Amino acid sequence: MSYATSLRCRKCGGEYPLQAVNLCDFCFSPLDVAYDYKAMSKRVSRQALSSGPASMWRYQDLLPVDGPVVDIGTGFTPLTKCDGLARELGLEQLYIKNDCLNPTYSFKDRAVAVAITKARELGFHTVACASTGNLAASVAAHAAKAGLQAYVFIPADIETGKVVGTAVYGPTVVAVQGSYDKVNVLCHRLAETYEWGFINISLRSYYAEGSKTLGYEIAEQLNWRSPDCIVAPSASGLLFTRIWKGLNELSMLGLIDPVNTHMNLIQASGSSPIVNAFKAGTLHVHPVEPHTIAKSIAVGNPADGYYALRAVRESGGTAAAVSDEEIVAGMKLLARTEGIFAETAGGVVIAGLKNMVRSGEIKRDDLTVACITAAGLKTQEVVSDVIQPIVIQPTLESFQERVEMSCVAAAEVR
Amino acid sequence: MSKRRVMFTFPPERIEEPVIYLLGHQFGVVTNIRRADVTENKGWVVLELEGTDENIDRGIAWVSAKGIRVDSASGDVVEG
Repeated sequence: MSYATSLRCRKCGGEYPLQAVNLCDFCFSPLDVAYDYKAMSKRVSRQALSSGPASMWRYQDLLPVDGPVVDIGTGFTPLTKCDGLARELGLEQLYIKNDCLNPTYSFKDRAVAVAITKARELGFHTVACASTGNLAASVAAHAAKAGLQAYVFIPADIETGKVVGTAVYGPTVVAVQGSYDKVNVLCHRLAETYEWGFINISLRSYYAEGSKTLGYEIAEQLNWRSPDCIVAPSASGLLFTRIWKGLNELSMLGLIDPVNTHMNLIQASGSSPIVNAFKAGTLHVHPVEPHTIAKSIAVGNPADGYYALRAVRESGGTAAAVSDEEIVAGMKLLARTEGIFAETAGGVVIAGLKNMVRSGEIKRDDLTVACITAAGLKTQEVVSDVIQPIVIQPTLESFQERVEMSCVAAAEVR
Repeated sequence: MSKRRVMFTFPPERIEEPVIYLLGHQFGVVTNIRRADVTENKGWVVLELEGTDENIDRGIAWVSAKGIRVDSASGDVVEG
């Protein structure tokens, strides 16, 4: 059963029933799910959670859903110790939280699983979202499993190949002509006009809660402790705030010691409104026009930007931006050292982590977790220059002449 | 009549102009401020606009043409 009690405004504290509403009527600030933590603490324990299913639903008692859940196998992704990458970067203990291994290959499955479960509970027959990739695929897959109709709005300039991983689940895909800003405006108006469960608008408060499970898993997989440092990418800021919330909830419930984790936020320099605010020392996140190859985190007006900024400051963390070149190098470094092919947002994290270790913001002996949020096959075009096969004739001589010689030469260079 | 929840971000040179008053006066849009932070060198205002869709669209285009950024109050919804 759920211990959620209401939706509460983060700014003014106004309370609302657990319905499909995401903004406070009074001050237009986001609404958060509030819980009866006292009752929850009597039910949850390390042992009870650890004996649950090997998915995010082992934490169902900490989520705002009742009854049967929409489960496509999301969560409990590997936390992999990465000694090769650690050596390369100058760290002693580095782990990758590998959310590439979710059913639609991104962390969005966590958030969408909760939002779609809630949509069904609230009686919606249709769900919708606006996305350039990861969210669209996740919504389409979960809607298929839940037997709900799905509308997915995508900017018309996205290559068709990018939406195969969405269209295959059978949603109605609508390609909207016009700029990124125009698509945003349209989707807000659609959300006001149609009685759909708009995953990241009207259902956003529930959608957000699914992301907490990433924080829970990190702590559980580290044998019930929070790490010294977490490095995570940020687009709308939602995931970042929820990792922080997840760790703090576990501490509040007495499942881990008080959280002393530095939350480090990375954005692409072509879309870094939160980093800009951090560097300027302000609390207001000024929107920007996004221009970066890291399209999955190109959000110019981040809904949770202020709260992500606050999590960085509260935790004594830092925020930094990396260039497109650094992103590509980060993707290649992760693949080459750990066998993990992440999409551009993963390149952002590795590049940012590298810079933070070099600058001393993350110390050599800090137990560090880097969050890789989606798989590389989704953005493989940015690293297509790795395709440089050695072409040979179908003879042993040709192999020995072309391949062995080049390998010997490469070894000599090393 | 429609309602739209927006955020205006003002560049320093526009802070002293009565933009919100003029928006209401010239375009027949009712403006209702909910949150704001304005200092001498920066300013943002979160407000609700109420009027016909056409008037709101024309009003927002006029505000944008002044170099004032207009965004949704609830952030971007197109995600990765």
